[in-house]
Amino acid sequence: MDNPLLMALRLIAAGDPALLQIIGLSLRVTLTAVLVACIVGLPLGAALALGRFPGRGVVVVVFNALMGLPPVVAGLLVYLMLSRSGPLGPLGLLFTPTAMILAQTILILPIVVSLTRSVVEDLWSEYGEQLRSLGAGRVRAVPTLLWDGRVSLLTGVLAGFGRASAEVGAVLIVGGNIAGHTRTMTTAITLETSRGNLGLAVALGIILLGLTLTLNALAWGAGQWARGRLG
Amino acid sequence: MTAAEPILPLVLEGVGFEVAGRALLSGIDLRIEAGRRLVILGPNGAGKTLLLRLCHGLIAPTSGRLRWACGSQRPEAQAMVLQRPVLLRRSVAENLAYPLALRGIPAGARRAAVARMLDRFGLAPLAERPARLLSGGEQQRVALARAALMAPQILFLDEPSAALDPSATRQIEEMIAGFSAEGITIVMTTHDIGQARRLAEDVAFVHRGRLIEHRAAPDFFAGPDAPEARAHLAGDLYW
Repeated sequence: MDNPLLMALRLIAAGDPALLQIIGLSLRVTLTAVLVACIVGLPLGAALALGRFPGRGVVVVVFNALMGLPPVVAGLLVYLMLSRSGPLGPLGLLFTPTAMILAQTILILPIVVSLTRSVVEDLWSEYGEQLRSLGAGRVRAVPTLLWDGRVSLLTGVLAGFGRASAEVGAVLIVGGNIAGHTRTMTTAITLETSRGNLGLAVALGIILLGLTLTLNALAWGAGQWARGRLG
Repeated sequence: MTAAEPILPLVLEGVGFEVAGRALLSGIDLRIEAGRRLVILGPNGAGKTLLLRLCHGLIAPTSGRLRWACGSQRPEAQAMVLQRPVLLRRSVAENLAYPLALRGIPAGARRAAVARMLDRFGLAPLAERPARLLSGGEQQRVALARAALMAPQILFLDEPSAALDPSATRQIEEMIAGFSAEGITIVMTTHDIGQARRLAEDVAFVHRGRLIEHRAAPDFFAGPDAPEARAHLAGDLYW
């Protein structure tokens, strides 16, 4: 039997088009999901930190709990919504990259919301009186605190990226692992491993690890730089 | 500064503040006149900071009331430098521009106003530096400049030079004297009796949540009526 590691290196070195296509789709799906989760989750988390309304505690607990939502359950929910008989069935989104983005957004959102809430709550206890003195109310404080918490918030966004790029259950259920269309790195690893095609599986595994490592290194570097620069 | 409607004098009528049934301030009657420098003296825990926060409108009294001459509940033409001012995690120039942005002043006018203030207080070389990494004295000057940019008619200062060395303290006092010369009313607390002598035109002495003396500074320093105030000036340890 061929050494899977050698095979992997050969595939990477050759720039195999099927491999590149899978990597491209995975990045597109996960990065879009991260972006959408940030657009929704950053203001939502800040509102949760600064807002005072009945039931706030329940919402906080629910978002904290949803950080542990199993990806297959998230996939199942989106599947039920998008399937032919589901409420969003007529859109015809099941087994498309859009469905995968939706499922991953649901996985990332609780992480972004909960971390933003905790960062903004801490900042508000430090900044609150000063901001009120300068004339900023709670609503106007939201963009200020998000910007001043940007270094800490980056960690939450990264955790979200890590969760989405590592999961296989949600994209498998709603994407269907269709070659050339909805096959991502994680679903391909599952499939190729079960087929005994270990070379491609290991190649994808190495690339996935490499990407995660690179992104985290960049974020850590940015964080260190910002801490030194911003105090 | 714009020729706005005068907001002073500020009159406190029977102002008190209670937390969980404990009176931290009670029965404060005080009239703060325009254009004066009022120094609030008193031992730790007497309620000096609380009094400033009530006047500035950061908290509401639990009894009595505050009346501004303009009739507003909380006029905009006021500013306060907190005992530990919070600077944003941004450059000095961005910190100064922030309150102007809150008031909806356009970016061009903001830049011009910030540049003038930076020049005036010799902060221009620090303009692009991250505010949080400055020394204590520099941070305090930035906080004062930021307060001054809010075009206040009255400026509240809580221990403006606590924990600063003599040269930084001197710079801060010069800034305060400059604001006062422009007609800005100053209300400040201090533990430094020397500073009070240098800056005060009027003195209010607060002890255990009550205002027990309020008079012109020369009279006060010549010999206050209240034994607690005499002891405070003499530097006695009393409680």
